[in-house]
Amino acid sequence: MAVLSLVEVQGLTCERGGRRIFRDISFAAATGQVLTLEGPNGAGKSSALRILSGLLPPAAGEVRLQMSAGYAVTDSEERGRLTGWVGHNDGVKAQLTVIENANFFAALYGARIDVMGVLEHVGLKRLADLPAQYLSAGQRKRLGLARLILSNRPLWLLDEPLSSLDAAGRRLAAELIGEHCDNGGIAIIATHETLGLDATRFFLGAA
Amino acid sequence: MITFLANPKRFLDFSSAVAPWICGLAFLLLAAGFYWALFDTPPDYQQGESVKIMFVHVPAAYMGIMIYGLMAGASLVGLVFRHPLADVAAKSAAPLGAAFTALALLTGSLWGRPMWGTYWQWGDARLVSELILLFIYLGYIALWNAIDDPVRAAKAAAILSLVGAADVPVIHFSVDWWNTLHQPASIIRPGGPTIDKSFLWPLFTMMLGYTVLFVWLWLVRMQTEIFERRARSLMMARGA
Amino acid sequence: MTGFTALLVRDMRLAFRAGGGASLAAAFFALVSALVPFGVGTDLVLLGRIAGGILWVSAALAALLSLDRLFQADFEDGTLDVLALSPLNLERAATAKILAHWLTTGLPLVVLSPVLGLLLNLPPPGYGALIASLIIGTPALSGVGAIGAALTLSIRRGGLILALIVLPLITPALIFGAGAVMDAIDGSGRGAFLFLAAFSVAAAALSPFAAAAAVRLNLGG
Repeated sequence: MAVLSLVEVQGLTCERGGRRIFRDISFAAATGQVLTLEGPNGAGKSSALRILSGLLPPAAGEVRLQMSAGYAVTDSEERGRLTGWVGHNDGVKAQLTVIENANFFAALYGARIDVMGVLEHVGLKRLADLPAQYLSAGQRKRLGLARLILSNRPLWLLDEPLSSLDAAGRRLAAELIGEHCDNGGIAIIATHETLGLDATRFFLGAA
Repeated sequence: MITFLANPKRFLDFSSAVAPWICGLAFLLLAAGFYWALFDTPPDYQQGESVKIMFVHVPAAYMGIMIYGLMAGASLVGLVFRHPLADVAAKSAAPLGAAFTALALLTGSLWGRPMWGTYWQWGDARLVSELILLFIYLGYIALWNAIDDPVRAAKAAAILSLVGAADVPVIHFSVDWWNTLHQPASIIRPGGPTIDKSFLWPLFTMMLGYTVLFVWLWLVRMQTEIFERRARSLMMARGA
Repeated sequence: MTGFTALLVRDMRLAFRAGGGASLAAAFFALVSALVPFGVGTDLVLLGRIAGGILWVSAALAALLSLDRLFQADFEDGTLDVLALSPLNLERAATAKILAHWLTTGLPLVVLSPVLGLLLNLPPPGYGALIASLIIGTPALSGVGAIGAALTLSIRRGGLILALIVLPLITPALIFGAGAVMDAIDGSGRGAFLFLAAFSVAAAALSPFAAAAAVRLNLGG
């Protein structure tokens, strides 16, 4: 896993559909840090994450990923390749089974780790042959977490990762995030809820 | 000039000042062209007076293609250089291009009827290509209207117009090729071998008149579009 | 397995599982072709002369059928975001999806076409040309169709707009494809296959770029 020393956002402004969502936001997160983005609905937490990932171009401002090796990455596609993403939607194909989805992710990311082991880690091993459409929302979220592990990316951007998860699921998510950051990763999380982790909080007010 | 007009306010000021003159010039040219075409040119020995439809048809056909090129060019400028008025320009030009193309098809059909005995002849490669061009325009306009987000709609339409621009020559070539199977029934050969020299000047005047008319209509449409966007922004700001 | 292959296999698997894949397009192809005689009459000679054209038009419509979900399905469940952020760039992802579409929609049409040719009394010299023209031409349908699919992915019920956008653009394929069949029957050679191949190659090479641009646009909207 390439090690990221800093994620920095400067003067970020977001416009969607012709209206301004937020303006001139700046924050940073360093190695091992968990940063939570908080704020009311419509404040732009999801949009901020999309901008960070490179999926959404900002109206103004810069996102910079400072690598431990010394160089900085600003290009949106390159940033995307350093991003582990859990968005609003599950990123899971309903017609494929759990194991088929997981194997696809593994092949996509070139992951050489044992896929079944990852599924076991997220508690889906027994459901491996079930088509994903029969999973509960919480179970689908766990499959998303499995994808996160398989992607092996230094910067985790998570949009409401705890929604739909039961208590055990939340513990799992917190544990995974904690492990990730202990190993030198960075996690930026948009959430309404408390993670039970030592996190820096950033508030996005309405523009 | 293009960068000068990038500011919407400057564009509005400029176009308001210039528009009446352009309108006047357009009608002057068209009036002159019409008079010239109708009264100063001899009837064709074969087609009689009906050949004069060509003075309405040929410039319209020409405008249909030229406007598409303009639209594609504006789209490119919008995508690459992010000129703020580029997508307004493209969006405003499209219905005008469609209208000219439709006019060309209508007049082409009327022109050909005495010769063909029917209102449509698939053997006329140019007319068939124009029919496909009309559909391409309609698809472009439909795409603009179908996407809710105006920024996204502009960019999607831009991509479509560029793909279309690449495809239109291919379509024209394939339609031509398709016609080699049939007897070419195209009696409509603008500027064909028997065109009387006296036709050229009125034709040129009409072409110029159509172009200036288009520029006027285009400026007016662009102004309307800019005003609509402003009204919408005001409403959104007020509601926030 | 590389990411490209994984995506290709995934899409093919999905096409056979979800409703709306290979069998649906093939059934539609057969249905439309079979409907024409009801509209045109039972004159076998007439049917034989227009069979090539009918089959090409039906094939184009059938290929369009499954296209509107090509990117939209992935957009809706968040998989398109995942693909955009994966090591596979969007152009290669688009290529994989177009290839999968062709393999699961275009090829079945090719396989079914001689049978339908029989139904429509296609003259014997036409069969080879029909199969060959469909093999060469259907990739163009998938490619150009994918551009339309990417442009319309955010539009609910975008299927009609997709058809309106894509059909004019694929006229050359239709003209050269059906023309190749007619030429084979008439015994004339006007280079139809060459032009069809050129169009298909160009479409296959260029459409992933346009489709990827349209996908990026919709993800970043």
